[in-house]
Amino acid sequence: MSGLAVEQPPGPGIGSRTTRQARQWLPAAAVLVLGLGLWEGLVAAFAVQRFLLPPPSDILQTFWNERGTLWGAGWYTFKEAVGGFAIGCSAGVLFALVVARWTLLRVAVMPYAIAASAIPIIAFAPITNQWFGLLNPLSKMMIAAVLCFFPVFVNTLRGLTSVRTSSIELMRSYAAGELAIFRRVRFPNALPYIFSALKVASVLAMIGAVVAEYFGGSQEALGVQIRNSAALFAFETAWAAILVASVLGVAFYLAIALIEHATLDWHPSARAAD
Amino acid sequence: MTEAAAVSLRQVGRTFAAGNVVALEAIDLEIQPREFISLIGPSGCGKSTLLRIIGDLIQPSSGEVVVNGKTAHRARLDRDYGIVFQDAVLYDWRTVARNIALPLELAGWDRARREQRVGEMLQLVELTGFEKRHPWELSGGMQQRVSIARALSFSPALLLMDEPFGALDEMTRERLNAELLGIWAETGSTVVFVTHSIAEAVFLSTRVAVMSARPGRITQIVPIDLPQPRTQATREDPSFFELVTRVRAALHGGSGRDTDLSLAEAE
Repeated sequence: MSGLAVEQPPGPGIGSRTTRQARQWLPAAAVLVLGLGLWEGLVAAFAVQRFLLPPPSDILQTFWNERGTLWGAGWYTFKEAVGGFAIGCSAGVLFALVVARWTLLRVAVMPYAIAASAIPIIAFAPITNQWFGLLNPLSKMMIAAVLCFFPVFVNTLRGLTSVRTSSIELMRSYAAGELAIFRRVRFPNALPYIFSALKVASVLAMIGAVVAEYFGGSQEALGVQIRNSAALFAFETAWAAILVASVLGVAFYLAIALIEHATLDWHPSARAAD
Repeated sequence: MTEAAAVSLRQVGRTFAAGNVVALEAIDLEIQPREFISLIGPSGCGKSTLLRIIGDLIQPSSGEVVVNGKTAHRARLDRDYGIVFQDAVLYDWRTVARNIALPLELAGWDRARREQRVGEMLQLVELTGFEKRHPWELSGGMQQRVSIARALSFSPALLLMDEPFGALDEMTRERLNAELLGIWAETGSTVVFVTHSIAEAVFLSTRVAVMSARPGRITQIVPIDLPQPRTQATREDPSFFELVTRVRAALHGGSGRDTDLSLAEAE
C-alpha cells in the first residue's frame, strides 16, 4: 500500500521540505567551497607554477573574460557529442531489437559485443579523421557514436530478454503474437535498462568528441582549443575550456536523467528517488 | 443441446527431454462446465505442468487435450480461458486499470467498452478507486485480486489458477477463498485450481484430484459434497474435517513418500 512512502529517519526538529533539502545539499556544497579554498590557498602558499596548476580564481576570471569564444567552442563540440550520441544510441537500440528477436543471432553476436566494450575506441580517432576528413564534424561524431553504441546495445538486449517466463506465458494465454509481446512486455521491460545506458552514453559522447578533437579538427572545436592553449602556455584558458566541457557534460547527463524520470514515472526506482 | 465437457484429457503424458524425466503419465480427466476442480499433490507431481498443458502453454508429449470442444491450441487462440499465477504478474508500467484492460486491448475492444468493463471488474474484486494506482503500491492480496480481475475481464468460460494464494498469509488467503467462491457463483465459470493446501482444496472445490509424483499421476478423485454456498461455518463443519482427512489419506496413500506439502513446487 505504502510504496510511495520514502522512509525518513525521525530526527529532532524536522523542518519544511526545503529546509530538509537544503540540509541534504549542504555537506556537498561545503566540500566544494572548502576544496576551492584549499586549492587557492595551497597554490599561493607553495607558489605553484601556473603551468602546473593555476589558482581557481584565475581560471574563473578567464572563464568569464573569454566566455564568448569558450562557449562557442563548447557549443560546436556539444553538437558533435549530441550527434554522435543520437547515431550511436539509435543504432544500439535498433540492433538490440533485431538481435533479441533471433536467439541464434544473439548467441553468435553477444560475445563480440561484450568483448568490443573493452576496445579503446578513442584509438580509432586518427582513422576516422582520415575517413571523414579532419575538419568534418562527422569524424568526431563517429567516435562518439561507436563509444555510445556498445553499452546501449548490450543493456537494451539485456532488458529485452530478461523478462520473466510467467509474463510471456500470460501474454500467450491472451493469444498475443511475438510482435504484441515485444511491444507490450519486452520493450517496456527494457526501458529502465535503456535509460541507464543512455546516461552512461551521454558522458561517453562528450568524452569521445573532446578527445577525438585532440587529434585535430576545426579551430572552433573545444578539444582543439584545449590542446592549443596548453601548447601556447595559456593554461588558464585550457582549464576554463575544460570547465566548459564539464558543465556541458553534466548538463547533458542531467537532461537524460530528467527525461528518464518523466518517462519511467511508473518505475519503483523513480519513486524511491523522489 | 448437450453440454460438452469444459476440459477433457485423455492419456495425457509429458516427458521432459532433459534427463528424460516423466513429469506426467496417462492423465485421464473430464471436467464439466461450472465445476470447481482442484489439483493437489506433492512437489514435482506435475500439477502446474498439467495446468499449462490445458492452457496450451506447454505441449503434451502424448495424449489428447480438448478444451471447450476444440484443441487446446484453438482454445488459447480463441481466448477461451483466463489464467492466474502464484505471482500476480502485473506489469509495473501499467496502472491497475490498464493491467486489467490488457487482454481487452489485445482482443480489440474499443476504449469505452474497455473502461466500462474495467469498472465492473474492479467492483467485482472490491478494488474500486484503485484504478490509477501502480501495482507496486498494492499489497500482495490486492495484487492477486487485480490479477483475478484481469483473468476474468473478457469473461472466459474457463479459469486456470496456479496456486494463486500460495504466497499470501493465512488470513488474506481465507478472505480471497471466500471472494473467489462468490465470483465463481456469480460468473458461472469453470475453475481448475492448483494448490498445496488440503483445506483450501476441500473448501473451494466440487472435486479434488489427488496426484502423486514421479511419475505424475492422478491417484484418486475425491468428490466434495459440502453444501453451497460455502461460508466460514463450512470450515467448522464435521464433514469438512472428514473430507480433509480423506484427501490427506489419499495423498499419503498415493505416493508413500514425499508428502511434504509445505514445500514450494519446483518445476
